[in-house]
Amino acid sequence: MRKTAIVLAGLAVAASACGNAPTTTPTQPAGTAAATSGGAKPLQGQKIEVAAKWTSDEEKSFRQVLKAFSDKTGAEVTYASTGEDTGAYLGPRIKGGSPPDIAILPQPGLVQQYADEKALKPLTPEVISQIDTNYTPYWKELGSADGQVYGVMVKAAHKSLVWYRTATFEEAGVQPPTNWDELVKAAQTIADSGTAPFSFCGASGWTLTDLFENVYLSSAGPENYDKLSKHEIPWTDPSVATALEKMAQIMTKKEFVLDGNSGALQTQFPDCVTKVYDQKKAAMIIEADFVATPVAQSGEKVGEGAKTFPFPKVGETSPVVLGGDIAVALKDTPGAMALLEFLGSKEGGEIWAKLPGYLSPNKNVSPDNYPDELTKQLGQTIVSAGDAVRYDMSDLAPSAFGATDGKGEWKVLQDFLRDPTDVKGAQTKLEEEAKKAWK
Amino acid sequence: MTERLDGPQAPSQDGAPSPRADTPKKFRLGPSPAIAIVFLLPAAILLGIWVVYPIVYSIFRSLFDASGSVFVGVENFTTIFTDRGTLVTIRNNLIWVIVAPILVTVLGLLFAVLTERIKWSTAFKLIVFMPMAVSLMAAGVIFRLVYEQDPDKGLANAVLTTVNDTFSSSQGYPDARPREGDASPVAAKDGGVATKQPAQAGQPVLIPLVGIKANTMPTNAAPALANPPPGGLSGTVWFDFTPGGQGTSGAVDPQEKGLPGMTVEAVKDGQVAATTTTAANGTFRFDGLAAGSYEVRLPQTNFTAPYRGLNWLGEALITPAIIGAFIWVWAGFAMVLISAGLAAIPRDSLEAARIDGATEWQVFRKITIPLLSPVLLVVFVTMIINTLKVFDLVFIIAPASVQPQSNVIALEMWRVSFGGGNNQGLGSALAVFLLILVLPFMIMNVRRFRREER
Repeated sequence: MRKTAIVLAGLAVAASACGNAPTTTPTQPAGTAAATSGGAKPLQGQKIEVAAKWTSDEEKSFRQVLKAFSDKTGAEVTYASTGEDTGAYLGPRIKGGSPPDIAILPQPGLVQQYADEKALKPLTPEVISQIDTNYTPYWKELGSADGQVYGVMVKAAHKSLVWYRTATFEEAGVQPPTNWDELVKAAQTIADSGTAPFSFCGASGWTLTDLFENVYLSSAGPENYDKLSKHEIPWTDPSVATALEKMAQIMTKKEFVLDGNSGALQTQFPDCVTKVYDQKKAAMIIEADFVATPVAQSGEKVGEGAKTFPFPKVGETSPVVLGGDIAVALKDTPGAMALLEFLGSKEGGEIWAKLPGYLSPNKNVSPDNYPDELTKQLGQTIVSAGDAVRYDMSDLAPSAFGATDGKGEWKVLQDFLRDPTDVKGAQTKLEEEAKKAWK
Repeated sequence: MTERLDGPQAPSQDGAPSPRADTPKKFRLGPSPAIAIVFLLPAAILLGIWVVYPIVYSIFRSLFDASGSVFVGVENFTTIFTDRGTLVTIRNNLIWVIVAPILVTVLGLLFAVLTERIKWSTAFKLIVFMPMAVSLMAAGVIFRLVYEQDPDKGLANAVLTTVNDTFSSSQGYPDARPREGDASPVAAKDGGVATKQPAQAGQPVLIPLVGIKANTMPTNAAPALANPPPGGLSGTVWFDFTPGGQGTSGAVDPQEKGLPGMTVEAVKDGQVAATTTTAANGTFRFDGLAAGSYEVRLPQTNFTAPYRGLNWLGEALITPAIIGAFIWVWAGFAMVLISAGLAAIPRDSLEAARIDGATEWQVFRKITIPLLSPVLLVVFVTMIINTLKVFDLVFIIAPASVQPQSNVIALEMWRVSFGGGNNQGLGSALAVFLLILVLPFMIMNVRRFRREER
């Protein structure tokens, strides 16, 4: 008996050790084979690792761009997917001293953070001159920290859009609204017709911050927007209350929210898009241009069954909120710099622009390259708007506040979606979280 | 204990002199210290690098702030006990430690005892043990799907709704509601819908409803009829929405359909005077009703939503749901250990008890359990350690929107260290805290092993 117990105990310890299931997601080595031909290629045999958060179709498009670079230079480029939480992937790799050559950061907030940690390498003059010719000063600034240029904005996202399924609008007999009251009225009519007007992606916190930013930029104006971005005014400010109350108008009624508020909180992006265009359960999604990719997967044509209208005015301003991804070098190698130069160039941008689901912030990439009408229009607005637009507020914030699953603004706005009547409570919690993050 | 360790190497000097005179001055049973050190070295180095150094460094690091350069003393530890988020993780870990090991051990014991008595015990054990072969991460992915809210996707809710539907079926209009605003002749009342003005015979009662989803509209619904045949109190219940939005609200338009099968009640002074059901074209009529004015209402039963199962991944049930997944993985492991222990119990004592007239329950309570207790304790303590370090299941099963509510210390440790905040000071403090929590059980386990060895 005793002996058995000892053996069993040993087994138990061994098993509990084995219980540590591997949780690391494998970084997929890219299928980008190095080009076979040519001795004239300057970077033959060089290995470059690029880390970005893109998966599925966005990743596929990016890999094609990387392949174009490999074919041109002979460098071998591998792609590693960071997953949704870029900081969680890069942090340990930077600390461990083996960062990827290039990382594509989803937020300017991270550029500042990593620059403070001295993890970023300043760009070479060739890359900077490429930026100067192709980008407006606003974009250049977003890739800089403390006066030093670290990043190239390689991809932009237009976040002031509302997507709708045309059939539902026709069925309900409503027109795309131009201001908030019209939107609420249209939503009511669509709900009366038997379709839920909104499909929220509540499980993906960033979709809620995007919504808030549009409402806030429009109702409180760009000046307040800038102040709130820097936490110069508190989140308990009345202007925030106004914006949250406006949001509550479309979140409170149970017939407005597909699957109810608790169901919406379990719906991740892009499942909320599938629910509209594939399962045909709801009418609208308030999200950026990149919704086009899951729309296409659902078998709907952008511009026919799926259309967009600009985010309706809530106050004085027509909001234009943009997002974007910034490529930075974590290692100072010729390969890394050459790839950054390529990504920031007209040539690289045009290769990418021809693929679906991409918007370029590069002013020299002609909108004619885009594969569809909608992207052409959006590309035009981004390039022409220049400094008049505002960058996604949550992405300008420290990432603990504006870009972490289950924390900060994401979490508070999710709680707000759960109970949209508690405007005061949401404001207090936002301010609490903001104080922690801006410490 | 020291005695025993020293024993073989250095026999006591003051004891009886060596019986044989020709032996060298020093004799030993084991190898020389030099050789012993050589043999111990690889293990010691590995332990040092991967266990001792990280522990020591974590303790050291936990006394510094996020940047690692400013000494903050115990501030990180006070943060653990003041921050609302981390307090939730401690509460959750407490729930885990109290609930999960007990359930796993009890279930394992149950399976082990029961399988002893069935024919196909090996097959049964194999199946129950199978989840152990799946990594916790994969188990998490599986259970994320199992707990999906939509019964068409989530197994748990599919089972619940199927069971529920066999007992009660709902065929109503869960989304139907009166149109908002004062213009509507009807209003929501007590979960149902009632006319605002009293109705009399001869004046058709119009009950317009909106918001009916295409999939709840009965296939037999016919175009609504505005003027039902006269005689008695009658009226129409219909879906007051013309595709394209051209219709007049409150009036029956050509394309609008009646709502068949709706229960309609005529109410006088709070008493139901008559009940009827609408026809395919939405019309209804109360026959043989005394003259007078009535309130016409559609009772709540028309609008009950179909049962959609439980909100497993919501705030309230998330931790129990994840514990369920944990039990699925570990119950088999507990069962195998316990049934091995069961096999080692001397049969004669069981039989002796039975001959003495003990019932099966008494045999189980008074003989089996006491004899099994060492194994049960091993399983129990192992499970406590496993629950304290639970990470993957919570990380994967809980959707981001409820992750703070289901958070546990190990996950929070990773989150503050690497996810977003990058505060490795606080992260190290959490790691040290976790170590302190695990330590008593470790010591208990080690003590037990030692005692067993002796």
